[in-house]
Amino acid sequence: MGELMEIRWHGRGGQGTVTAAKVLADACLSGGRHVQAFPEYGPERAGAPLRAYNRISQNPLRMHCPVVNPMVVAVVDASLLDAIDVADGATDDAVFVINTSKDPKDIRAKLKAKPSQKVYTVDASKIAIETIGRPLPNSTMLGAVNKATGIVSMEVLLADVQGSFGKKFAQKIIDGNLAAVKRGYEEVQLG
Amino acid sequence: MPTATKTVAVTGNQAVAEALRQINPDVVPAYPITPSTDIVQRFSEFVNNGEVDTEMILVESEHSAMSAAIGASAAGGRVATATSSQGMALMWEMLFIASGYRLPIFMALVNRALSAPLNIHGDHSDGMGMRDSGWIQLWSENAQEAYDNMVMAPRIAEHMDVRLPIIVCLDGFIISHSIESMKYLPDEEVKKFVGEFAQLNPLLDTDNPKSIGALVLPDYYMEHKRAQHEAMLKVKKVVQDVSAEFAKLSGRKYEIFETYRLEDAEVVLVSLNSAAGTIKDEIDRYRDKGIKAGLLKPRLFRPFPYEEVGAALKNAKAVCVMDRADSFGGYGPMFMEIASALYPHKGPVLFNKIYGLGGRDLMPLDVDQVIDETVEVAKTGKVKMVKEYITVRN
Repeated sequence: MGELMEIRWHGRGGQGTVTAAKVLADACLSGGRHVQAFPEYGPERAGAPLRAYNRISQNPLRMHCPVVNPMVVAVVDASLLDAIDVADGATDDAVFVINTSKDPKDIRAKLKAKPSQKVYTVDASKIAIETIGRPLPNSTMLGAVNKATGIVSMEVLLADVQGSFGKKFAQKIIDGNLAAVKRGYEEVQLG
Repeated sequence: MPTATKTVAVTGNQAVAEALRQINPDVVPAYPITPSTDIVQRFSEFVNNGEVDTEMILVESEHSAMSAAIGASAAGGRVATATSSQGMALMWEMLFIASGYRLPIFMALVNRALSAPLNIHGDHSDGMGMRDSGWIQLWSENAQEAYDNMVMAPRIAEHMDVRLPIIVCLDGFIISHSIESMKYLPDEEVKKFVGEFAQLNPLLDTDNPKSIGALVLPDYYMEHKRAQHEAMLKVKKVVQDVSAEFAKLSGRKYEIFETYRLEDAEVVLVSLNSAAGTIKDEIDRYRDKGIKAGLLKPRLFRPFPYEEVGAALKNAKAVCVMDRADSFGGYGPMFMEIASALYPHKGPVLFNKIYGLGGRDLMPLDVDQVIDETVEVAKTGKVKMVKEYITVRN
């Protein structure tokens, strides 16, 4: 992994994509790294496609513009694969992490991924229903992205997911999300 | 020794709200507006949770927010608020009263485009629009600078040589809503740094009644304005002194403007706020290719340090001034300042790009095009168009 990692998240409004990018940034502060997390502000309504970005680096981050050549592309809603080109601008060694029940090989073909690019899939919506009780795939995706990138230790990530809920949520919801992160990490598959 | 600090990942708005919590103003009158809403919202939580002693006044408009700020400051309080765009525009009438009364109110301006067309995203039209209102202006590249400038703001505004209102600018959404890693100072250190505030002639000192806002006709109006001008002349030194003291506390040094690889630069870009960061990265790339590129980023925009900026730029061959606002029918507002700063010198060839209005992104490739053109202008000494819009459809 180089000095700078750039991540692009694709999701739909209401799925917690922006929150996922924020939690990842917070977790990546460990080890004195510099972080950025920012969404692209569009119509801001439930269901509308949105993008969010992360930059993580050993060096201070000065760039203030969207990521155009992501090293990691996380797709929180598989229906976006038919709507937009999520692979646009991805680096030759990019890692894709897609929330889908489909086989990673099918998704690899759909994305027309280069042999040098890696495609991971995880059924994050199903895991979310089983752990949280609602199809909110962001926590599962965080675990899956972390498995695919190894960007931060799971202990730190889990602690930050817990911290992100603050005191406003019931313990049951927090426990569900922590379980979702762990299952995303364990169940993500490389195609 | 700089004091121990805590690294956090927060938005620009969060950072400003945190600075305001640590300063603990007496009064915050506010009317929230995107993208500054989050500052006021977070601050209202601090008030609700008893983390500050502030009296928060929720008003029905920004005009009233600034009116209440003026009243509270004249009464004797330390007063802060925050706004953006149309909110700033609605305050306009009262801004001149705050500065004319010499009230050291401090305010965050989360820069946003002005309507029409309606747009909530970042540009500098609001800050440039209020530039002549007698307020001191500090501009900030990122969340760290916005926080640091806000901690320094009361010290500058309340200095007895100054006693003028001050505004701290940060880019809407690009900084206000983006999470970045930065460092907070400990509460106690900020408290010590900003110190206590004592208003000069507080209205609440009822044993010594006085009137504020009297009618001043041609016999004395001009003396008042001259006094404001004289006070502005003293701001630069105060900003330098307060920044030096802040550097001892934080380890972070701020000048009245920042220079980046400017010393021997032949091609120079001038830019405010968040775009400066992107430009710095591209300057490094051009330096690696052997091109002597550099950046000047104003921090103190009012009062504008003409002499120092002129001296810093006079040896360049070509300077491109990047404006994130327009003065329709004129050059970009920053271009006018840089041209003024350079007029005593046989200086570089100057030209002006208008970019990023209404939140249009400035990408590294856009910066490269500007640097390429500046290299060309340095070579030929010829400018095709003095003022031109970039990153725009034809």
